[in-house]
Amino acid sequence: MVIKSFEDLKRLKEEAKALTGIRAGQGVEIIVGMGTCGIAAGAREVMSAILEELNKRELSDVRVTQTGCIGMCEKEVLVDVVRPGEKRITYGNVQPQDVSRIFSSHVINGQIVEDIVVAKLD
Amino acid sequence: MQLYRGHVLVCGGTGCVSSGSKKIQEVMANELTKQNLDKEIKLVETGCHGFCEMGPIVIVYPEGTFYCQVQVDDIAEIVSEHLLKGRIVQRLLFKAPVTEEQVPSYKDIAFYKKQHRVVLRNCGHIDPEHIQEYIAREGYEGLAKVLTTMTPQQVVDEMKKSGLRGRGGGGFPTGLKWEFASKSPGPKKYIICNADEGDPGAFMDRSVLEGDPHSLLEGMLIGAYAIGADEGYIYVRAEYPLAIKRLKVAIAQAEELGLLGDNIMGTEFSCQLHIKEGAGAFVCGEETALMASIEGSRGMPNPRPPFPAVKGLWEKPSNINNVETYANVPVIFLNGADQFATLGTEKSKGTKVFALTGKLRNTGLAEVPMGIALREIIFEIGGGIMDDKKFKAVQIGGPSGGCIPEQHLDTPVDYDSLIALGAMMGSGGLVVMDETSCMVDVARFFLNFTQKESCGKCTPCREGTKRMLEILQKICDGKGVPEDITTLETLGAVIKNTALCGLGQTAPNPVLATLRYFRHEYEAHINDKKCPAGVCSALLEYKIVADNCKGCGACARVCPAGAITGEKKEPHEIDTSKCIKCGSCIEKCKFNAIVKG
Repeated sequence: MVIKSFEDLKRLKEEAKALTGIRAGQGVEIIVGMGTCGIAAGAREVMSAILEELNKRELSDVRVTQTGCIGMCEKEVLVDVVRPGEKRITYGNVQPQDVSRIFSSHVINGQIVEDIVVAKLD
Repeated sequence: MQLYRGHVLVCGGTGCVSSGSKKIQEVMANELTKQNLDKEIKLVETGCHGFCEMGPIVIVYPEGTFYCQVQVDDIAEIVSEHLLKGRIVQRLLFKAPVTEEQVPSYKDIAFYKKQHRVVLRNCGHIDPEHIQEYIAREGYEGLAKVLTTMTPQQVVDEMKKSGLRGRGGGGFPTGLKWEFASKSPGPKKYIICNADEGDPGAFMDRSVLEGDPHSLLEGMLIGAYAIGADEGYIYVRAEYPLAIKRLKVAIAQAEELGLLGDNIMGTEFSCQLHIKEGAGAFVCGEETALMASIEGSRGMPNPRPPFPAVKGLWEKPSNINNVETYANVPVIFLNGADQFATLGTEKSKGTKVFALTGKLRNTGLAEVPMGIALREIIFEIGGGIMDDKKFKAVQIGGPSGGCIPEQHLDTPVDYDSLIALGAMMGSGGLVVMDETSCMVDVARFFLNFTQKESCGKCTPCREGTKRMLEILQKICDGKGVPEDITTLETLGAVIKNTALCGLGQTAPNPVLATLRYFRHEYEAHINDKKCPAGVCSALLEYKIVADNCKGCGACARVCPAGAITGEKKEPHEIDTSKCIKCGSCIEKCKFNAIVKG
């Protein structure tokens, strides 16, 4: 493509920002429990589902990080969602098929998926 | 487009490449594939982070974890622990030099915390070989603003308002320089970048070229528009192969996107940029010699006037600035001159990048606001003097600059205050010396450099620096006479006033500055035949302190000249007529029984 105007440049910038967005460190954070227990319970599959969802929805400013075991091993896979300025919500027994609704209601619209919540932290 | 949950940034600057970052990248890529993370984690090669001493540097996002001195053997652990399980590999974190505390995050390291990065804003954060990453961080927006909303005169006025002064050393106001070139009549003009960074120990320009080449291109294009040039040259030394490679990639990518070449961004403005590789002569950093070299002539300076703005490259009006100056330009037009001018002092605006080297705990590149005290740069960013030795002086401005002693460390750093101290900003090399450095020897080192690099065109520089160097050599050899000091001062003053170009005019500075602040060291060499710092070997004598000597014989075995003799378990002796003063015995002795002085 050839940039023919300021608008072209701005458009390209928005596209390009998606490539480097996670280095800026803002936006929603999703934390997946990746201790041995988490991995045994299928955290890798959940992680893959999360990344698939991210790509499908083109959410470039969502940060996906991992954490270790927090001692609630029977509730693994644990996934935390932290929207800036809101409570940290922990979901338990997350299956890959739950990921889509966590995204559509919580990550994007701020509506907590109550039936799989195990904790709400300030 | 593929989104990733993590980015691993491996430094690909020359410093880290020399400590093995290419191999790190390769092994990392293999390991990511092996552990099935290659679709989740993106590997990015960046430019220099400026903390080369701690290289190879690897940064992991989104956490912003800073791993240093990473070895190939560490990669599997980083991948399986951090990238897979999210557990930071503690042992690879940076350790604060004094407190020994581990610092996980990039932005909390003292070396970076005190810095204010404008010129180096993208270095280490973007992949320099992908123009999209530059564009994502407001790249080329300054140029777009200039081309769509400003006249060339407005651009010149904005530059004048910003107060930016040339970062190559002289500190001439950039806006004024642009104005001269823009007012010179003629249909053909040139925009030139001086990337012939030649000062020993200075590498700020190289970092920008390697880490953020587009910021230079954007700055040059804004300059070209302001003065009415449609062609430009980047004169970069051939010893910077990586910088040249990245510049070529950057030029090709900018051309492809229509940001360089004909009708840039769909406007009437067109500009071509070429790279000219220099053969590494120091004098070619002088602007008239640089232009002669681009033209294919021998790199020798010409008298000014006429200045390049009137008669420059191929006798056409030309504007020439250095890399760091141009790299400031996009920021000025993105955020406005007023915003830029909030940093710095009244007469020196913005920031300056310094290359910290010498006897410091943290060496590397530091970008700080003008007006900061040297003490802060050396003791806070630089972490103080290595091995708890005492600070003696800092050489600022490379071989054209001068040294500044302890009592002036609180002076705010700007162009004018440094000149008043007998030093100069220069390109920004800072060489820190401790009590073990001999100032006569330091002066000799720098003068030896400029003397060797003298092009020989004018007599004061060719002959004068040679004579000064001979006198310094004589003093270091213990053959100095009291009149030598006056001769050095007279010669220095004459060369300063009469040499043809900047190289010659500044060559005596290291000698004059050391004479100003460390005259007693010269006098000790000449009158007492002693080198107080214990550096000049002709003035040293090695002695064994009999009380400390256990007669172990280690020194005698290591002495290459066979100068040490003695009975077992009895104090040994050094035959000074045989001693070649190599210092091997001192290194070997476990009882501190050998002294020099």
